[in-house]
Amino acid sequence: MAERGGSEPRTRPFPFPGGQAPRTPRGPRARGAVPAWALALPPLAVLGLVFLYPLALVLRQSVSPDGGGFSLSAYGDVLAQAAFRDALVNTVLIAVGATLGAVVLGFALALVIAFVPFPGGKALSRFVDVFLSFPSFLITLALLFVYGTAGMANGLWTGATGAAHGPFDFLHTPWGVLLAEVTYFTPFVMRPLLAAFSQVETAQLEAAASLGATAPRIVRRVILPEALPSLAAGGSLVLVMCLNEFGIVLFTGAKGVTTLPTLVYGKAILDGDYTGACVVAVVNIALSVALYGLYRSITSLNGVRRARA
Amino acid sequence: MSGITFENVTVAYGRTVVLDALDLTVRPGEVMALLGPSGSGKTTALRAVAGFVQPASGRVLIGDRDVTALPPHRRGVGMVVQQYALFPHMRVDANVAFGLKARKAPRAGIAARVAEALEMTGMTAYARRYPRELSGGQQQRVAIARALAVRPDVLLLDEPLSALDARLRSGMLAELARLHRELPDVSMLYVTHDQVEALTLADRVAVMDSARLQDCGTPHDLYRRPRSEFTASFVGDANLLPVTVTEGGADFAGTRLDVPPAGDVAPGASATLCVRPHLLALGAGPNTLRGTLTELQWRGATHRLCVDVAGHRVKADVRELREAPPLGAEVALHFAGEDAVLLPTGVARG
Ligand SMILES: Nc1ncnc2c1ncn2[C@@H]1O[C@H](COP(=O)(O)OP(=O)(O)OP(=O)(O)O)[C@@H](O)[C@H]1O
Ligand SMILES: [Mg+2]
Repeated sequence: MAERGGSEPRTRPFPFPGGQAPRTPRGPRARGAVPAWALALPPLAVLGLVFLYPLALVLRQSVSPDGGGFSLSAYGDVLAQAAFRDALVNTVLIAVGATLGAVVLGFALALVIAFVPFPGGKALSRFVDVFLSFPSFLITLALLFVYGTAGMANGLWTGATGAAHGPFDFLHTPWGVLLAEVTYFTPFVMRPLLAAFSQVETAQLEAAASLGATAPRIVRRVILPEALPSLAAGGSLVLVMCLNEFGIVLFTGAKGVTTLPTLVYGKAILDGDYTGACVVAVVNIALSVALYGLYRSITSLNGVRRARA
Repeated sequence: MSGITFENVTVAYGRTVVLDALDLTVRPGEVMALLGPSGSGKTTALRAVAGFVQPASGRVLIGDRDVTALPPHRRGVGMVVQQYALFPHMRVDANVAFGLKARKAPRAGIAARVAEALEMTGMTAYARRYPRELSGGQQQRVAIARALAVRPDVLLLDEPLSALDARLRSGMLAELARLHRELPDVSMLYVTHDQVEALTLADRVAVMDSARLQDCGTPHDLYRRPRSEFTASFVGDANLLPVTVTEGGADFAGTRLDVPPAGDVAPGASATLCVRPHLLALGAGPNTLRGTLTELQWRGATHRLCVDVAGHRVKADVRELREAPPLGAEVALHFAGEDAVLLPTGVARG
């Protein structure tokens, strides 16, 4: 049995802004040394040039449609469109749903991989890493092979019953998008969880069991609290990625489901309406930031409560 | 009030047998120390009681309940391990309350039981701390309080003091002895490879080696009357001398020694004579060994002499000498016959 030092305080690095980064007190600077802000200039300049400047262009296009003056008329136009409101609702519902699904499924799968010994568990855990590098539309393509109108599931059904159509026809509905996104994003939740689970001492689980705790209780009272920061990290990552997912929606839902990213694509590329596209893009960005902020404030509140409790 | 019974318990990992047909009974209210070198199967035996290893054969009983097939959470044992295993995200009081809540103890009584357990281990003042804010010794006290809060009949301790430094260890040893007096109904199985812990704390000591139980008895018995060479050398220090058994004594390298006969070795057979170094005295006496002094160590209160007697190294611990003999001198050592034990010859072990 591996023994990990149980006595040292365990600090978990938190990969997201808002996490507690230890601040080193700044002593008096030696004369002649380069000031810290000067060192920060080059990366900031690059960041500004390649990231913030184009973003500013998008923002400007959205508020000054004809290249001059300031007008929110484009916002009025876009916000009044039913297509936009549908896309907005779709985006939020699918992102929240997919995040919930990925968090629940990811937690369950990571639990099994980490704590239930079975042959191939290690290989499966390594496969999760590989999966993270797959492009998202690949999953959709794979799902088409299984559940598509001419896919395996329907093929089996029509083969067995002689019916003209199979029963599986949900891939082009929001449910199809949801299924694809949950499938694709679950490993993103599992990765940080598996890392966190490997930190949980076997001795703690055994102590809990001998104290009379059943397996579900051990999961709730021992494993979950210790993995919560990692679950929050994975969940917020997936939430933001879902809000901005493009490939999966395009591949599955293109016919029936529009989300903000596909609306941007449609307006800019298909309709040539750059201003409208910029407006939707700005809304999309604002939404991501807002939802992410909300999520973080909830989880950090939780953290504070746990620390006080 | 219930004890622990191992009935012919065998545990194997794959082809390797790590616990070989263990038969052992811990009586109700008794402290049994499992003593043995590393890898001898002590932890395995303890985990078989807790339910974390499944015996290939045999039964484990707690009281008269056969628990062999029960999952760990239904066995009702308390467990304390070397690395504390406290829940890091819970304060001390929540750690101690964990077992009570898991066993669905009535809510109203929980606070009182937690307070009682913390009181018993002297940790009342630390109830609101997190484990990481405690020293190693304090964490181990919390772990003990957590195990005791559920009032188990059986307490399993796996080298609970090994992670502590020597001074803290002796203090905690006294604490454990006090706890045992305060809780006369709790049977304890105490795994250790430290003979001082075993001799101080245990009512009886079971000595294990290579997956087998070698010997079991009160500390005094094991020390005074070991039944095997392994026990003799593992519990305390021992001179193990090859002898030939004679009528009413033994013959060591031509010297007749007057020692009590052993039941199972017949005259003419070879045997091993065990004499503790501190029971040898300088000078001639009833059983005298003569030889050349080869080593002399001053150990403060005592001198350790190593004497070459007919090619065998005999160790003797004597009260500090005013005038120590020089190296190479001829010296005589003697011992009282009843201080020596004849053992069946086994494979000598260092
Ligand atoms: N999970 C396991 N798989 C395979 N072998 C194991 C396993 N656990 C223990 N062993 C083996 O079983 C034997 C007995 O182990 P055990 O932990 O009971 O020894 P111990 O007497 O407690 O030793 P120590 O004093 O070092 O703790 C050892 O040889 C060990 O290598
Ligand atoms: Mg051990």
